[in-house]
Amino acid sequence: MNRYPMWKYLLILAVLVAGLIYTLPNFFGESPAVQISPLRTSMKADEALLESTTKALADAHLSTDLVTLEGNSVKARFADTDTQLKAKDVLHAQLGEDYVVALNLVPRSPHWLTAMHALPMYLGLDLRGGVHFLLQVDMKAALNKALDAATGDIRSNLREQNIAYSGVTREGDTLLVKFRDAAARDKGEAELKQKFADFGLTGKDVGSEMVLQAKLTVQAERRIQESAVQQNLLTLRNRVNELGVAEPVIQQQGADRIVVQLPGVQDTARAKDILGRTATLEVRLVDDEHQIDANGVVPFGLDAFKDRDGRTLLVKKQVLLTGERINDAQPGFDNRDNEPAVHINLDGVGARKFKEATRENVGKRMAIILFEKGKGEIVTAPVIREEIGGGRVQISGRMSTEEAQDTSLLLRAGALAAPMEIVEERTVGPSLGADNISRGFNSTKIGFMMIAVFMVAYYLMFGTISVFALAANLLLLVALLSMLQATLTLPGMAGIALTLGMAIDSNVLINERIREELRNGITPQAAINAGYENAFATIVDSNITNLIAGIALFLFGSGPIKGFAVVLCLGILTSMFSAVLVSRAVVNLMYGSKARLSKVAIG
Amino acid sequence: MEFFKIKRDIPFMSYGKITTSISLVTFLFAVFFLAYKGLNFGVDFTGGTVMEVHYVEAADLNKVRAQLTAADLADAQVQNFGSSHDVLIQIPLKANKAGAKLSDEVMSTLRQQDAGVEMRRVEFVGPQVGKDLIENGAMALLLVSLGIVGYLWIRFEWKFGLSAIIANLHDVVIILGFFAFFQWEFSLSVLAAVLAVLGYSVNESVVVFDRIRENFRKMRKAETAEIIDNAITRTMSRTIITHGSTQMMVGAMLFMGGETLHYFAMALTIGIMFSIYSSVLVASPLLMIFGVSREDFIKPEKTEAEEVLP
Repeated sequence: MNRYPMWKYLLILAVLVAGLIYTLPNFFGESPAVQISPLRTSMKADEALLESTTKALADAHLSTDLVTLEGNSVKARFADTDTQLKAKDVLHAQLGEDYVVALNLVPRSPHWLTAMHALPMYLGLDLRGGVHFLLQVDMKAALNKALDAATGDIRSNLREQNIAYSGVTREGDTLLVKFRDAAARDKGEAELKQKFADFGLTGKDVGSEMVLQAKLTVQAERRIQESAVQQNLLTLRNRVNELGVAEPVIQQQGADRIVVQLPGVQDTARAKDILGRTATLEVRLVDDEHQIDANGVVPFGLDAFKDRDGRTLLVKKQVLLTGERINDAQPGFDNRDNEPAVHINLDGVGARKFKEATRENVGKRMAIILFEKGKGEIVTAPVIREEIGGGRVQISGRMSTEEAQDTSLLLRAGALAAPMEIVEERTVGPSLGADNISRGFNSTKIGFMMIAVFMVAYYLMFGTISVFALAANLLLLVALLSMLQATLTLPGMAGIALTLGMAIDSNVLINERIREELRNGITPQAAINAGYENAFATIVDSNITNLIAGIALFLFGSGPIKGFAVVLCLGILTSMFSAVLVSRAVVNLMYGSKARLSKVAIG
Repeated sequence: MEFFKIKRDIPFMSYGKITTSISLVTFLFAVFFLAYKGLNFGVDFTGGTVMEVHYVEAADLNKVRAQLTAADLADAQVQNFGSSHDVLIQIPLKANKAGAKLSDEVMSTLRQQDAGVEMRRVEFVGPQVGKDLIENGAMALLLVSLGIVGYLWIRFEWKFGLSAIIANLHDVVIILGFFAFFQWEFSLSVLAAVLAVLGYSVNESVVVFDRIRENFRKMRKAETAEIIDNAITRTMSRTIITHGSTQMMVGAMLFMGGETLHYFAMALTIGIMFSIYSSVLVASPLLMIFGVSREDFIKPEKTEAEEVLP
């Protein structure tokens, strides 16, 4: 009765071997490395980059352990952090214009392990050090901006259509369009209904005035807020690139919050500065008549800026338009020749100014300049072909789809869609992170040893088997965490310790049952069988209550608590497997084949 | 080796009145301290800034305080954290200052006096986030409780579900009572520990309940009280050993896990102690009070019994 079919032994063995393989990378540790990835989506990390990196390092006499091309980045591994830092400076100087050069840690495990996606556990910020920000997007401001833009747009629209109105005002979240007579209002209503689908319109008479109330529809409101968050996400990503962080996490959390995690970043002041910065955008005319003279002196009334290919252009000091006038910029296609293009939507004032400027300067080039940190860069400098009215501008020509995406992102990045505020910050220094790891590891180790000694002393052979099962549990849990690349936090490490402490319960239940059955006077073989059978229902019941707590923690926990919950849930699953199947397999192998078993060592 | 060789069942149920009164008194004490002193909520819940800084030489707290007062932060709490080199600075929420900027200011202030000061940790939590965390914590507690009652109801009977959850919520209140009495900091990780205890100690009641159900089927002639006594006595060995093992792990965290894990492990320790007590001496008497009887399980048994009769 205490025998498993061969396939069951093999299955259990296979699971344990897989567990061992996926746990292995955690033992090799990590090497300091420098990661080089392209700044823009249009560029790819390729063999050429690999070569230039190797060459740059060789020229600087910096010895590397390994330089590899992985995904869309090149990683160079070093023996120590000193070389790593030197290498970063060298590479930044040579490649910094187009690439993000960031410090990173890469697993030192052998290639065959990495090839089968066996990676070490992904450590959370509290273990590796770094910054965590939670930013709240000011949704009210996003709506305000949209309403203000609409106010101007409605005015210019009515004027263009020659519809007589006496004013457009804003009252809270309602726009009031006033007309002199009902006929004008009807005409206005028809016009606005067609052009401003985002608004719900209702007519109302206030005294002698015919008023049209315009209110954003619920769907439009939601869309504006969603796109505000999306735009802020994009902008943040762009900015974080500049910080040179190897594996930044920038995610939306809930309806109006954004999480930014920057592992390894210590200079929080700079990080906050860059995240909170407002970039500005300016449109100016390009001056192709003058040139910078031999001494590098810029002619009077002009400024010199570099474009994204590194060429210097001269532009006039006079600003035609600022980025605030841009409502939206989207990548798309030219409707004439289907070339990739960027579609820009200006607000009312912007449209009028743009119309004037383009009328006077047909055939000339205009430059769109992005100012960040007081430094300007020309995003694009297209030729003005004709007078452009209506506030809808299209930039096209010599552009790839990715460049169109990049450019539209940069144009939108001119300003955040809505202001953001840091509502939570957690920074952990690297030394504390290392301390946390060793504390978590040590307490697990000591706890495990104490349990092992006790179990062996109390249950003898069966105690030894229980300890083996517990070790298998730890192995499988670590393997599972490594496989899933779930973030391991300090509470997560506590979770590992706690699940181990709780997992032994299953084995105690089994062992106690076996003892009890033996006391009742049945044969050892029958007692072992009865012990496992009777304990099983109880083990399932008690683990399910734990699982309920784990799931609730996962659903409602945030950050580190979520890490704890993940470990708790996974640990319950692995403990069921190891306590019941693994320990039973060992017991079966030891005792199952003995026909006349008169005594078992269970203390 | 065997710690518990109990020949006769211990009549736990006859002590029912005493044990329930003891737990009622402890419970009332816990509630009193919760109401009177309240929980010392950590920055996770109240919002504010906590910073941990490390000095190369033993830190002079008074000097740090003076520096902060000079920087217009007189309401900052300054204390040692773990060792004389580490200092914990707590600053309540400021209405006029963007919270995230505050930590930078404090660091630059401290650096003026001692350039070697090292920033170990900064936590800033805005007021809205703290409120959300409290709400989420309460939701999690509710969900766990409902989930457990529901599961035990399906698995056993409503009487079991109800008495288990009452017994274990009583544990939760007592843990909170301890935190209120000693004014230990109640942080997010302590909340996690409390919820984990809830799942863990229900586990304890489940083991006893399983036995009670089994005994109702096996011990046909026994009284309900005898059945419960027998179930508790026979699971006692397992209870003590299991909790002892878990406590070894938790104890290792309590003493070696550093400050961050200390209160987490403390909550678990209290939870483990009281869960032994409550699952045995609170849940089971409650089961008696709710009037559990053989009839709750007898229906499938009856037909079986009839078939065996000659």
